[in-house]
Amino acid sequence: MDQALFQYLLRMGDSTLILSHRLAEWTGRGPAIEEELAVANVALDLLGQARMWLTLAGQVEGESRDEDQLAYLRDAHDYRNYLIVERPNGHYGDTMARQLLFDVWHFFVLRALTESADSRVADVAAKSLKEVAYHARRSADVVVRLGDGTQESHQRMQQAMDDIWPYAGELFVDDAVTLRLAEAGIVPEMAGLLPDWRAHVRDVLNEATLTMPDMDLANRPAHRGGIEGRHTEALGYILAEMQFLQRAYPGAQW
Amino acid sequence: MSTLQTLTPHRIMEWLEHVPDPEIPVISVVDLGIIRDVVWDGSTCTVTITPTYSGCPAMDQITTDVVAALQARGITDVRVETRLSPAWTTDWLSDKGRQALKGFGIAPPAEQAIDVSAITRRDSTLQVPCPLCGSRKTRLVSHFGSTPCKALYRCTACGEPFDYFKAH
Repeated sequence: MDQALFQYLLRMGDSTLILSHRLAEWTGRGPAIEEELAVANVALDLLGQARMWLTLAGQVEGESRDEDQLAYLRDAHDYRNYLIVERPNGHYGDTMARQLLFDVWHFFVLRALTESADSRVADVAAKSLKEVAYHARRSADVVVRLGDGTQESHQRMQQAMDDIWPYAGELFVDDAVTLRLAEAGIVPEMAGLLPDWRAHVRDVLNEATLTMPDMDLANRPAHRGGIEGRHTEALGYILAEMQFLQRAYPGAQW
Repeated sequence: MSTLQTLTPHRIMEWLEHVPDPEIPVISVVDLGIIRDVVWDGSTCTVTITPTYSGCPAMDQITTDVVAALQARGITDVRVETRLSPAWTTDWLSDKGRQALKGFGIAPPAEQAIDVSAITRRDSTLQVPCPLCGSRKTRLVSHFGSTPCKALYRCTACGEPFDYFKAH
């Protein structure tokens, strides 16, 4: 088995799965019916992407684990998602700040992965990229609307951006997994995505009349560990809800 | 068996034109552009489909419907395979499909496939004509509608809300 590729596929699969779950928590609680529809559909896109990544991860691992076994029967320390996606939803501005930073990174990493030397990776990336380009534009629209809105919405959007910002650093961390795969042309070096990400986020924040947090993400990020299986306490609660049914009633179908 | 295999893929495609999309039944799976290939492999008829959106819950139903439709025509051994690449695009919607959408009250894609080279914000110059009254005075209400493939618009001329089949 290619251990590095397996680990990388879990990062993509787990990050899309956990963010999908977080967004789905808004169902029935959205600030407006139109926003609730949109968030639920973004969650659905991400769930579909998670299925493709986890299915491929299971094939690469070669131990007959399918997407469901990987999603429902691993504990928190075996999850490899970035910490940013497990952050609580907070208020709607918090959710959209997290979404913008993730979507923009997601777009640039997928765009690079469409050139992957591994065609299976390139195919999933090309499929996902079209959906994520739409997500990233939508997130920017909402952040601009809230940032350049009322004094109250502006202040809360700025606070949301300041709060989530330190969690974005992990998205640009290279380690033995990414460096090995980058050498083989399978994934890009994550640090190389930072300039494009920063430029785009800066443009959106400018338009939203928000101040870009003054923290250099290129150096040792403040919060990291998710991609190595060291998570915040938030992930345990997510898995408790997501996995309950399959844990309590193994193999249940409906 | 030999008589079955003389059925050309073209003929089978014609049959599949009667298999409706489960979510938008006025359009067939062929007009939707998701049937990528029909080939005979011995006595097995293999139909290759590609998903619209990766999370689209209709794909399982479409697989079931394709198998059922061909079995009803006497092809007992049908296999449905999924292919991701090249990724589905609304550029593959047939003209007949676009007209059917419009007749059903869903505005068909008003531009070419979504641009994935960059995510620069653009001033929205996109005009989506109202499928009900034809006015171009419409505005986006929500980036998504009742399914991932649609957005929600409202016509400011006739006042009606309507679904827009997003360019993808």
